[in-house]
Amino acid sequence: MIRFKVNGTERTFDGDPDMPLLWYLRDVAGFTGTKFGCGMSYCGACTVHQDGDAVRSCSVSMKEVSGASITTIEGISAKEMHPVQKAWMEIKVPQCGYCQTGQIMQAIALLNQNHNPSDQQIDAAMSGNLCRCGTYQRIRAAIHQAAKELA
Amino acid sequence: MNNLQNVSRRGFLRGAFVAGTFVLGARLIPEPLWAEASSSGPAVFQPDIFLGIAGDGTVTIVAHRSEMGCGSRTALPLVVADELDADWSKVRIDQAIGDPKYGEQDTDGSHSVRSFFDQMRQIGATGRVMLITAAATQWHVPAKECATEPSFVVHKGSGRRASYGSLVAAAAKLPVPKKEDVPLKNRSDWRYIGKDNALFDLSDIVTGKATFGMDAKMPGMVYASVEHPPVLGQKIKSYDDKGALQVPGVKQTLTISPFKPPHQFQPLGGVAVIADNTWAAFQGRKALKIDWDTSPNSVYNSGQFRKTLETTARQPGKVVRNVGDVDAEFAKGGKIIEAEYYTPHLAHASMEPPVAVAEYRDGKVLAWAPTQNPQAVQETIAGVLGIKKEDVICHVTLLGGGFGRKSKPDQVAEAAVLSKQLGKAVKVVWSREDDIQFDFFHSVAAMYLKAAIGPNGKPTAWLQRTVYPPIGSTFDVNAKYADDEMGLGWNNLPFAVPNHRAENGPADAYVRIGWFRSVANIYHAFAIHSFADELANAANQDSVQYLLELIGPSRIVPLEYKPEEQDEAKNYPLDTARLRRVVEIAAERSGWGKRPSGKGHGFGIAAHRSFLTYVATVVEVEVDDRGQVTIPNVWTAVDAGTIVAPDNIRNQFEGAASFSASLALLSEITVTNGVVNQSNFGDYKLIRMDRAPRHTDVHIVESDAAPAGVGEPGVPPFAPALYNAIHAATGKRIREMPLSKTKLV
Repeated sequence: MIRFKVNGTERTFDGDPDMPLLWYLRDVAGFTGTKFGCGMSYCGACTVHQDGDAVRSCSVSMKEVSGASITTIEGISAKEMHPVQKAWMEIKVPQCGYCQTGQIMQAIALLNQNHNPSDQQIDAAMSGNLCRCGTYQRIRAAIHQAAKELA
Repeated sequence: MNNLQNVSRRGFLRGAFVAGTFVLGARLIPEPLWAEASSSGPAVFQPDIFLGIAGDGTVTIVAHRSEMGCGSRTALPLVVADELDADWSKVRIDQAIGDPKYGEQDTDGSHSVRSFFDQMRQIGATGRVMLITAAATQWHVPAKECATEPSFVVHKGSGRRASYGSLVAAAAKLPVPKKEDVPLKNRSDWRYIGKDNALFDLSDIVTGKATFGMDAKMPGMVYASVEHPPVLGQKIKSYDDKGALQVPGVKQTLTISPFKPPHQFQPLGGVAVIADNTWAAFQGRKALKIDWDTSPNSVYNSGQFRKTLETTARQPGKVVRNVGDVDAEFAKGGKIIEAEYYTPHLAHASMEPPVAVAEYRDGKVLAWAPTQNPQAVQETIAGVLGIKKEDVICHVTLLGGGFGRKSKPDQVAEAAVLSKQLGKAVKVVWSREDDIQFDFFHSVAAMYLKAAIGPNGKPTAWLQRTVYPPIGSTFDVNAKYADDEMGLGWNNLPFAVPNHRAENGPADAYVRIGWFRSVANIYHAFAIHSFADELANAANQDSVQYLLELIGPSRIVPLEYKPEEQDEAKNYPLDTARLRRVVEIAAERSGWGKRPSGKGHGFGIAAHRSFLTYVATVVEVEVDDRGQVTIPNVWTAVDAGTIVAPDNIRNQFEGAASFSASLALLSEITVTNGVVNQSNFGDYKLIRMDRAPRHTDVHIVESDAAPAGVGEPGVPPFAPALYNAIHAATGKRIREMPLSKTKLV
């Protein structure tokens, strides 16, 4: 029996311990805000926080989350939108939107560690997250705006 | 003919709308057909209506085009709401199922706004007139003394106000006014059209609540992952599923029959692993042992095929446009310049891989899918299962990208086929590897161009040949020549060259070929605008000035139009004044000519009209000592005629620069013995934030011309503008995509 938290709530899992966290979240627990994009950590669409760090949930197995606290996109905006989400709204970042929850989770993790990232630091932190629609310019602008908001 | 009808009077209150709702229906098919369709179809699934207003003031607008990130699900309802003078915050959008009564629903070709702008204005304006009539009648005042404010009718003289919701019952009893009695707003009165409005789904997207195809669920559904034949057309000789069945969560395996040529959108065939979650299905597939038959497509090697295409491109082809006599001009024996260009296959790789949920029950299918074309879902499933098209109900989710891939619903048909065998709902999930290996690929292409150069350095003759497996091969096994692709930047060269011939040579297809964002414009614009720049360089003339002189004086370029292109011929003539203007704007905004190119820094330009929109793009590059390319700036000028959502258009063109940077710099699909070599983002590379254009400036030309496309037209000029910039920076001419094939140092 694996014990862990998702968005602050205690959970247990007694299925295949090799199942990636992504598929537990999506198919078992119903947190579909976390997206499947590649299954191999190339694209970042499945990014969630494990004990505050951004991880690719497609490449973290359930046995690795034992005792961990997982936060998904549903967990960061339970009451009101996070400043990063508000910045995404104001800059009107999304096109199709599929990758954006992963982008937002990655951006929040970045801003938690670096309150005022430079363009280069943003590029370094965000280049694991693909956006096929190509909204990178707006993502960068939204991160700068959220940083100001958080300061 | 008045094609609007007060549906609530006729009693067609169903589906999205409840009784007590004032509903205005717009039919996109002639009246007699509509009357038949509405009385014979399965009522609950055919609301046959675009607009409804409820007593509480909620305005419901049906979006019949798919949302894949281009904004049409927002833009068209916004047009209705503007003419209705509705309060946008009171609008909810209902996504239409696939049904011909909505008209054409294939969200491709960048034409949602172009094709439906007038229709949506008319629907909104008619509703507004009827609400005004209802209020005026109640107030015993002339209708012309009444006006509207968002979701209210007001009588200026008395100060009376009535909310739209309060007028629903009265308006529902009124006859629909004739079209000539329905004034449209003046442009200056538009509240939403042409203003910055957010996507309707923005809030749901950033909070993870939006429902994409990947998120669709049906009660009792199981999950399936399909092992497809590695080579197109291979069939199963035998397979062993013992290992698969031992994977925890795997329930069983099933086979899917191979397609009957032509493959169209039919399933590829293969072995499906059915499981109680996606991951178990993926794991089960890895344990399958399948012995595949042979396929004639096993001979396909993309490296060799390139030589075949190039050989064909050096031979005379089918003439698709002829002006003057290029042969006579070439025979004069002046200066001749020739060049060849090559582009590889590409995979769409939308961030959401193909996915669908479907349930077969009692000869009918209910599906939820991220599809650009729900009517093609109906047709494909009907064809594969031998049921009536009308018995396939296709709901459309949001699409996690589409780019043309999701106009082809083979994965939805897989779900329906499997559901019929299982007797329960099935969710088919394609892995990224499935998506990249079994795409309907952007075609590989070879182009040959030849020009005779006059004394002023300008071409006196321009011959262009293009060769590629056509999209028609998806629908006709004998198709070797392009058809509609010729209109995508090949039979409509906007240059003032006295002798010009455009040709197309034959090619066979060995993989599935399909539409990919901006389609053949990609390789056509690459060849034409690289060649234009080569001629400018050969003449030692400035690239922008040379391009403007090539385009020549302002005029309407005489083109031949097919019978079905009469709207284009009438409302969208190829106007070189508009093309010149975007070139001049992009050049000016970029500071063209102020900073000399060379020593690893350069500017390049290309201008291309596609999907009836005029676009010029200037790209700035820096190339370092190791040959690493960075793109600090892109300036693009867009004339798309009348526009609905300017900020979304800026986003589309910013995105097009990044999307194009992928194909210009990195992406390539190759094939060995019929098998695609790439499988995930490790070997099929896409641009990431660190190498994407750092800043893209989008200038939208103000215009009251008819609305044109915005989803695709940003793509074609980017690669040639980039390569022209690289030439300016380094002296290296790029004649092959992607750039990673060429060593710059």
